[in-house]
Amino acid sequence: MTDDRKPMIECRGVHKHYGDYHALRGIDLTIRAGEFFSLLGPSGCGKTTLLRTIAGFEDISDGAILIDQKHMGDVPANKRPTNMVFQSYAIFPHLTVAQNVAFGLRRDPRGRAEKAALVDESLAMVGLRGFGNRAAHALSGGQRQRVALARALILKPKVLLLDEPLSALDRKMREQMQVELIKLQRQVGITFVLVTHDQEEALVMSDRIAVMFEGEIAQLDGPEALYARPANRRVADFIGVMNFLPARILGEQGGGATVEVPGLGVVELPERQISRANPDDAGPTIGFRPETMTLVGPNQTHGQPRETNATIDEVVYYGDMTYYDLRLDGAAAMDGKARPVRISMRNVFGRDVQEVGTRTRLAWSPGSLVLFR
Amino acid sequence: MAKGWDAQARQGYALIAPPFLYAALILAAPLLTILAYSFLTDGYLTVVRDFTWANYVQVWTDPIVRTVMLRSLMVSALVTLVTVLLAFPVAYYVSFMIRPEKKATWLFLITIPFWTSYLIRVFLWKVILGYNGVINSGLTGLGIIDEPLTFILYNVNSIVITLAHAYAPFAILPIFVALEKIDRSLLEAGRDLGESRVMTFLRVTLPLAMPGVLAAVLIVFIPTIGDYVTPELIGGGKIPMIANLIQVQMLALDNRPLGSALAVTTMAIVAIVSIVFLLINRRFLKVRS
Repeated sequence: MTDDRKPMIECRGVHKHYGDYHALRGIDLTIRAGEFFSLLGPSGCGKTTLLRTIAGFEDISDGAILIDQKHMGDVPANKRPTNMVFQSYAIFPHLTVAQNVAFGLRRDPRGRAEKAALVDESLAMVGLRGFGNRAAHALSGGQRQRVALARALILKPKVLLLDEPLSALDRKMREQMQVELIKLQRQVGITFVLVTHDQEEALVMSDRIAVMFEGEIAQLDGPEALYARPANRRVADFIGVMNFLPARILGEQGGGATVEVPGLGVVELPERQISRANPDDAGPTIGFRPETMTLVGPNQTHGQPRETNATIDEVVYYGDMTYYDLRLDGAAAMDGKARPVRISMRNVFGRDVQEVGTRTRLAWSPGSLVLFR
Repeated sequence: MAKGWDAQARQGYALIAPPFLYAALILAAPLLTILAYSFLTDGYLTVVRDFTWANYVQVWTDPIVRTVMLRSLMVSALVTLVTVLLAFPVAYYVSFMIRPEKKATWLFLITIPFWTSYLIRVFLWKVILGYNGVINSGLTGLGIIDEPLTFILYNVNSIVITLAHAYAPFAILPIFVALEKIDRSLLEAGRDLGESRVMTFLRVTLPLAMPGVLAAVLIVFIPTIGDYVTPELIGGGKIPMIANLIQVQMLALDNRPLGSALAVTTMAIVAIVSIVFLLINRRFLKVRS
């Protein structure tokens, strides 16, 4: 992804009030042309409101929104260069599939035959070739969504807005549509803005993700950066699984720090593993992802610099993976609180899943730790 | 499985049996009597039990019947048109502009006219529209007119005004229900796909509201053609409708066979009009679900 692409959507200090409720609290955001951008957050975080202000369905209370370098302040929804795939798909029930797709072409000067060809082409693009004459109500959820996509993309918008488009589909269908949407976006080259509460979906599909909490953007990054270096505890907790252990700072040198973590001992962390944007006052906390540590058998060797003894409290078997909830020796030393940590292991043929109650060793490297302070 | 269905079906039949009997007794039996009368011969103060087509021949050939029938259809159509055209904005306003928690209050207010008897409401319109009525004395008092307006009482206009008011709630409610069922995101989709508010209304809201509009048309049209109180009171008896004709034959002239033939003919015409509307409605419903 290159950063020199021109900005397609710019939000500058966007605020939105509903009476006393402050839904958007100063959103500053630039989405570049051709980007697959996601707004990710729990329900009520303002992500859908932000999408609807971009579409023009909601006025903003303060700030400015620009699309393709043009101010959208006085531009109504029907004049904006955006099209939307609604959460409910909003397929017109009184029209056929083809009439739905052709809905936005009414004022297009092209002839009837040309438009019909365009509709066929659009339907083929979303894998619905030959569905044109079906009644809208005869479609499954996945097919409705494809019609909604075809209906929006046929107008060649500068921006396609997707409001939780996959939330109503079952898991298999959702995973399939994720891949199809990525392909479709590459094919048409249109800027996609996706709203989702599903962190996995955002990680899979997006070039960049804005994580939102309570009307503010908590972090804006690519998927890998977001996962590996979350800006704060809240983001870390929302994206994937992260273990948190309290830490005591023993000393600081340069940008780095030496900390003591119950169960893991004393570690030195360089500056890039320290996140200083920590809004809650829980005190210094060490975080690590379940897959960054490894369980090793009694006589097994490992290449990791550190090793900790632990007891297996719980085993959750997922087929390809197993989650182990562990009690680290010495983890309760600080204040007597038990702090289970979760480790995930890829199941390899020939290696047994370990049982509850087993004493085991945990191999890890300080490089996988993040300090929030 | 089949046994279980049978038991369920029996239970269903048992449930509808009392209302079915009731309906048969007070609806079907009188209708069949009327139908039977229409083929009998009129005698002095009695009905002679001789089969005849004569009543129908008279109904279908009499120019007076034809004039009154056409007038009734015309007035009913006009009343229906005016009522539905006035009801739609009201239903639209309540459905789209009123906050959900206040809609029930609005519907309640719309039904308030039903608290008074139909007869009293008709009389009130007479008071409002009359030669020395509210409108005329008001306008004269303000010096806007010198002589009372005469085109607002004892004619078709006044009948249309009165009936349109009387049937307004019947038209508002079905249209309101149809509008309520419209998923609001469809309207946003219409705007999103480049249409103005007006075009979105024409291309999305109106087609989806059509089942309600057609229901309103039927609900207003069918009873108005049979209304005889309003023509009598508001029309001053000078412009009789088909129902007045039936009433005169049945009661004043005591010609029950001819009155019955008139009634059956009217019912047939109303039924044909209704079937046409039902067929149109089915077209809208079919696409819908």
